[in-house]
Order: sequence, then structure tokens, then C-alpha cells
Amino acid sequence: MRLTSKIQNMSKEEFPLKKVCIICAKGTIEDVYAALVMSNGAVMEGIETKVFFTFFGLDAITKKTMDKLHTGTVGNPAMRMPGGIPFPTMLGGLPGVEAGVSAMMRSQMEKLDIPPVSEFLEMITAGGGEIYACKLAMDMFKLEKSDLWDGVSAVLTVGEFYEKCGGLQTQIIFT
Amino acid sequence: MAQKTLAGVTVDITDEGYMTNPLQWTKEIAKEIAKEEGLELTDKHFAVLDFLRERQQKGENLTIRSVGNSGIVDIKGFYGLFPGAPMKKAAKIAGIPKPASCV
Repeated sequence: MRLTSKIQNMSKEEFPLKKVCIICAKGTIEDVYAALVMSNGAVMEGIETKVFFTFFGLDAITKKTMDKLHTGTVGNPAMRMPGGIPFPTMLGGLPGVEAGVSAMMRSQMEKLDIPPVSEFLEMITAGGGEIYACKLAMDMFKLEKSDLWDGVSAVLTVGEFYEKCGGLQTQIIFT
Repeated sequence: MAQKTLAGVTVDITDEGYMTNPLQWTKEIAKEIAKEEGLELTDKHFAVLDFLRERQQKGENLTIRSVGNSGIVDIKGFYGLFPGAPMKKAAKIAGIPKPASCV
């Protein structure tokens, strides 16, 4: 009896997050912002935050592309026209449509005080968050450290990133 | 609604420690809440608190970015003034509700 109540108490005990390690592997607006909002949100809560960009996610920390991300207008059944009508996949493939939709999305976000990618990264690092790039993906895309945003702390192997993810009350989040 | 006596005044407060009536707020109360958070308030702190109270009164969204663009302090400075969770801490000390913004 006493043991049961002890176990019940244990299960109610809360262990607040101390550290989050967030991995961003995709380069569309929505995938990158999901990672950035979660990262910045963690920093704002005083949670130690490390963000690892890999594969197409590298676009978000590459100087040339970071503030010009696109959303995919083809093959996304959740895509809607203004007013809520489903967005025809055929239309999404027309030249200029993807760029137009992406620009519209970026302006909508600006209205909600969601900053461009470069400024968002600055907010995260200003609060103590750390940004990392994946070595393997860099080699694959023929990128150099100098191609990356200046606030990137280091280019890491996956093993080195895991070394930074240790400790109790730590979560790894793959967006 | 819970109540708490701060700087000799009884104020309405939520379970999480946020004041619910911004009109009950005084600088003395702010200093006392800050002390509980381990902070000694300077003029710079008060400038930020005034900015947050003003924006909140206008019904605007309180974001960390807006503080950074306020001209009072940059974002790094804001984290320096209210270490840890700056937005929540500053809102608590400013006597305004818990910020409902994700950015």
C-alpha cells in the first residue's frame, strides 16, 4: 500500500526541460520556421537550446538562401487559396506561383511579428541559443563554413552533436 | 482569485504570480516582485517595464522582437536585464498578464 502511493507520487513529480536539441533537415519556409519558433520559444523560457541544421535545412543558415526560402506549392494537400478553397496541384506547378505564394506567406508572418530567418537566428543566439551545421550535408552540398551565416557556432559531425545533447531533462526534437 | 500583499498593498494575483489588475501596480510593488526573482531594478529595467505596460494597455502583442525594436534595449540586453525567461519575468514585474505570444 505504502509502496503504491510512493509510486503514484513519483509519477506525478515534474521534471522541467533543461535542454532541447532541435534538428532541422528540411528547407521549406514551414519546416524551417517550425524549428526556429520552437528554438526561440525554448530560449525565451530559459531552456538551453542547440539547433542542428542538416540536408536541405542548411538553406536556412546559408547566407545566399536564408531569407529567400520557399514553400512547396505542389503535393501539399493542406495548401489553400486565400478564402480557403483548396489549391489545385496543377496551378502550383506554373512558373512564378511558388515564388508568389512564398512571398505571400512571408508577408503574413511579418504581420505577426515573426522575423525573417536571419533576424530570427540573431534573436535565438542573442538569448544564448547555439546554431550548428551538419558536416556530412555540407560536404554533400559542397558548402564551406564561409558560405554560412556568421552566427553559426560550428560545423559538427553527428557524433559531435550528440556529445552536446547529453544530460538529464534533455530532449532531442526532429522537426 | 488569490491576493498577496506587496509593498504594503494588497493586490490580485494569479497562481503563477502575475498581477491581474495593472492599475494596482506601483514601482514599489515592482521592486518587491523583482526582489523575489533575485533582481535589483535599475532605470533601464523600469524603461522596459514602462514600454511593456504601455503596449499591453494598447492591446498589442508582446513579443521579444518588439522589445528589441523599442530603442530601449536590444534583445541581448533584454536577456541580460531579466536573465532566464525575460518576457515572463518582465511581465510579472511589470504587473501585466502572462504573455500569450509564441515569439
